[in-house]
Amino acid sequence: MTQRRRRALTGYALISPWIIGMVVFIAGPIIASAILSFHEYNLLSAPRFIGLDNFVYILTRDPLFWRSVGLTFTFAIIVVILGLSGSLLCALLLTTNLRGSTFFRTALFIPSLTPIVAAGVIWRWLMAPRIGPINWMLDLVGIQGPAWFREPNWALISLVIVQLWITIGGGNMIVFIAGLNAVPTELYDAAKVDGANLLRRFRAVTLPMISPSLLFTLVTTTISALQVFTLAFIVTGEARGTPGGPAYATWFYLVHIYQTGFTNLEMGMASALSWLFFLVVVVIAIVQFMVSRRWVYYESGEA
Amino acid sequence: MAQAVVPLRRASVSEGEFKRSHQLFRLGLYSAAIVLSLLFLGPFIWAALSSFKSDPEIYRVPPSLFPDSLRWSNYVLLFELEPFARFYLNSVLITLGAAIGTLLSCTVVAYGFARFGFPGRRILFYIVIATLILPPEATLVTRFLLFRELGWLNTFLPLIVPHYFAVNAFAIFLLRQFFMGIPRDLDEAAMIDGAGALQILWRVLLPQLRPALSAVAIFSFLASWNDFIHPLIFLTSKENYTLAVGLRFFLFSSDRAQGPLEAYLMGAAMLISLPPIVLFILAQRYFIQGIMLSSGSKG
Repeated sequence: MTQRRRRALTGYALISPWIIGMVVFIAGPIIASAILSFHEYNLLSAPRFIGLDNFVYILTRDPLFWRSVGLTFTFAIIVVILGLSGSLLCALLLTTNLRGSTFFRTALFIPSLTPIVAAGVIWRWLMAPRIGPINWMLDLVGIQGPAWFREPNWALISLVIVQLWITIGGGNMIVFIAGLNAVPTELYDAAKVDGANLLRRFRAVTLPMISPSLLFTLVTTTISALQVFTLAFIVTGEARGTPGGPAYATWFYLVHIYQTGFTNLEMGMASALSWLFFLVVVVIAIVQFMVSRRWVYYESGEA
Repeated sequence: MAQAVVPLRRASVSEGEFKRSHQLFRLGLYSAAIVLSLLFLGPFIWAALSSFKSDPEIYRVPPSLFPDSLRWSNYVLLFELEPFARFYLNSVLITLGAAIGTLLSCTVVAYGFARFGFPGRRILFYIVIATLILPPEATLVTRFLLFRELGWLNTFLPLIVPHYFAVNAFAIFLLRQFFMGIPRDLDEAAMIDGAGALQILWRVLLPQLRPALSAVAIFSFLASWNDFIHPLIFLTSKENYTLAVGLRFFLFSSDRAQGPLEAYLMGAAMLISLPPIVLFILAQRYFIQGIMLSSGSKG
């Protein structure tokens, strides 16, 4: 056996755990759920082939499908826009040579370490309608606070607030800080000599230079925002733990999959929903990467 | 250091005026940083202090920031109301099991991708990258059916075993990046001495890999510790619950009659949040390094 062949075989042997894991726990389940999505299956009797019925039902008659799609996108868009600009603003602030910036960074980072379940429990108490401290503070300045997560009009906003509290000071902010620190000072000096003001320097130097970080955080934040689930279980969970309340105001897509599959035991339908989710996430990621060619700047000209 | 926010000095502004406006600007920045810190830490501190309050105290209007006394008995009662000690143990076991699996399998796999040439390597690595954006919930239903078939439901196995098969694409990616940064001369010297692939990995490369391994261990710990949807679906009996699922159970099963319910809930939230925060404070450097490596910034 040649040396090259031996190294190739060793290579395959080394990556073999991944190949097995990929087939059994990732690719297999994706294919299986594609097949199952054409079946009716309630765990009790054998799966029954029903063609496209699940998809037809989901797209035309399922009363909660479109609602969950709308709510999930609304949540994701708000969280991506406010979250990324918030993280970027915090990163800008923390890279201005403030004394004690390590302390500030740690303070802002801690919410992102809090498990979502714990964050949800904490905010349920902070936003408690009558006795919570937030409404007490609002009361001090003469505002009658809403019932937050108990009120359909405010429930989604409440979850956005909690999500932003968790994410703004987290990984995205650290990525932006790293990106900002890597911008060569000479570029700012040159822009200053040219008489560019603060805003102009931000637009002409900072933004292009950190655009690769922006793309990375945009894709990861979008995907994770679409997966919102736990908050709708904890914060807007209703009596005995039914998620997605009140009055379906936070009935997100994953809540819909969970209820369809694991509460109503409609496994075929839930597989169809999962597949649609999978497709949408992949398409969104690809579109974001494609559009990014227009606005992401790579210094060395390579991706 | 970025200087984007240092104000520009205009020719029309006198030296003194410039200094004053500059100082005012710095003052504004500090105030902003302090206000932000309060906004982000405030809820947490409030919850921590609330966890020590007594029944009338926690519902008092106007609310007091500090409890009248530190009632540690709240925490004792908490452990009596629900088997939180058991939840803790379960969380620790699952987290450790998954982290060890990820470290072992992803190191070996990343080593293979980084150091060995084989047909199809590029495509296979693209697949690794592609799975980075794959939401795990997309396969939740069929993985549930798989584990049901295997008889693994209501055991820790579904939460641990897959991690021994390098399902953590992020860890593979991060470790491979790190391997690429280690010069090949070292492996080659060892190879000439007749060392095998695993020997080289173990003796030559592993010691240099420590920062990356620490980052992977931390992220794996956080992912398992904070995971909610998987233990919720795979674990059905209370004695197997993790802290995250146990806290949710406690939230919806408990009632005010048992005492200062909100204080208990805040206490439970502290119990589950403390390990990640302590870990962060101890290993801050690896955290930051890992986040930066993963985003591709050199920083």
